[in-house]
Amino acid sequence: MNPLPWLVALPLTGAILVFVLPGRWRAQVSLALLVPVAFASLLTLAGVLSQGTQSHVLGGWLAPLGIGLRADGFAAGMAVLTALVATPCLVHAAFSLRTKAAREGFWPLAWFLWAALNTIWLSADLFNLYVGIELLGLAAVGLVALAGSAQSLAAAMRYLLVALLGSLLYLLGVALIYAALGSLALADLAAHGAGEPTVLIAVVLMTFGLLLKTALFPLHGWLPPAHGGALTPVSALLSALVIKASLFILVRLWLTMGPGAMPVTLAWTLGLMGGGAVFWGGWMALRQTRLKILVAYSTVAQIGLLFLFFPLVTGTPIAAATLAWDGMVLMLAAHACAKAAMFLAAGNLVLAIGGERIADLNGVCRFRPFSLLCFGIAGVSLSGLPPSGGFAAKWLLVQSALASGQWIWLPVLLGGGLLSAAYVVKVLASALVEGPVSDRFKVPSLPLDLSAFVLGCISLVLGLVAHTPLAWLRAGGPFAGGG
Amino acid sequence: MSGGAWYAWVGVALSTLGFFGFVVHRHLVRRLLAFNIMGSGCFLLLVGLAGDGRAIDPVAQALVLTGIVVAVASTALALVLLRRWYRVSGESVLPEDV
Repeated sequence: MNPLPWLVALPLTGAILVFVLPGRWRAQVSLALLVPVAFASLLTLAGVLSQGTQSHVLGGWLAPLGIGLRADGFAAGMAVLTALVATPCLVHAAFSLRTKAAREGFWPLAWFLWAALNTIWLSADLFNLYVGIELLGLAAVGLVALAGSAQSLAAAMRYLLVALLGSLLYLLGVALIYAALGSLALADLAAHGAGEPTVLIAVVLMTFGLLLKTALFPLHGWLPPAHGGALTPVSALLSALVIKASLFILVRLWLTMGPGAMPVTLAWTLGLMGGGAVFWGGWMALRQTRLKILVAYSTVAQIGLLFLFFPLVTGTPIAAATLAWDGMVLMLAAHACAKAAMFLAAGNLVLAIGGERIADLNGVCRFRPFSLLCFGIAGVSLSGLPPSGGFAAKWLLVQSALASGQWIWLPVLLGGGLLSAAYVVKVLASALVEGPVSDRFKVPSLPLDLSAFVLGCISLVLGLVAHTPLAWLRAGGPFAGGG
Repeated sequence: MSGGAWYAWVGVALSTLGFFGFVVHRHLVRRLLAFNIMGSGCFLLLVGLAGDGRAIDPVAQALVLTGIVVAVASTALALVLLRRWYRVSGESVLPEDV
């Protein structure tokens, strides 16, 4: 049986199911549902690896009126990554959410979020991607607002406005492409899109809309309050997966048309914005006094590194482009695991000290060493120290920059690493100092620490075993021959 | 100018107007209205361009219907958030500094 429709149908059914269930059962049912959803993701990846690109036409309705699902290595890999990251986050949520509104509201929204993510990974046409990204935005905004405070409401409202503007710009692009080509299938865009001026205008509009949603510097203003102010498992899901969805669509658009068909100026603009994000995000993270806002600014910085992909892949030799692809994909996966781990660990530390201030961490190393260790492991990968996934990804990006002669990105990659090391060390230093004589630390329960620990270890090990998953992710894509 | 192109240009004008309003205004209801005007402009553009010089295109109609459903859902969520924000803070604009 083809697992593709189940990847969307199971989370969607789960969302509706837990919504009609009484509040106290929602967490248990959700945890049970994790098993079939994760299994469907793995099955999809196995199918792609053994039989090549998979596709499915929903209800037998053919395009253009019907909806087609398609999974290549990249899509299936993202589905597995989603399951890998979301599972610990949901476990964390089951044990950490306290207020009634959060305990009951989280589950339906989280499943809608998952359904939207899987829709985006598997979509084969531009309009389905639009529906997916709208559903994703609505679910994410609802999750941000769950924290319930005035700040989180304002953050959710700002996030919603940005998300709406971003998706309308995307929709404008869809309208133009439909007018120019009479089709919305990515396959038709690949075949006929190159060289059409209308399509180019459309792609620029869509790129701008997607940049808003990905929060690339200088369009990142909405991200730190939304990610930093949300409930801990929500922050982890948003920073690890949600912003990757709009980046995923952007990469799809870019590669579908063939990187050669895209204007080099636009690629360099994206790269330079990414460079700005690395330094501005890192600098702002260093200046924060509140722990979760620091981690949120670190996301702003890391997004920048992912955008170095665009100049490295546009108009460069195939060897350099393949290295850039591998580096970007590995960075994406390593950041998803490490950032989710860091948010969960930060949430546990906040729980332990009963406050958000980094200065209050003094003495936490003596009383909650394991929580601090999880934060440190995530920090190793984020700052790109060997043997982590973050290190291997940066290594590949450096290689690609050297191979294509784009030396300008080296200071970005190295300086970004230094800045991230600096803000991680800032937190650790504060935690290692002997604090005021007090042992009033609360104890996060073991599943909370374990979920952060597992994610951190995955991001660490990713650097050692990167070769195999990278080969999987290349399957069916434009770089399938390289490696 | 054919009928379709006329609608498409009106759509472009509405989207631009909506975008302008969305960026310029601070009051949240105004921004939400601007978003809806911009959305209507997008839909008009989609139908207008698709129907230009050809028979009526069912795909474009289906897309716009889906788009309207999405826009209604987003507007509803925005209104709920807006009312809650107004009740909590007494403000109808967002705090500009974060």
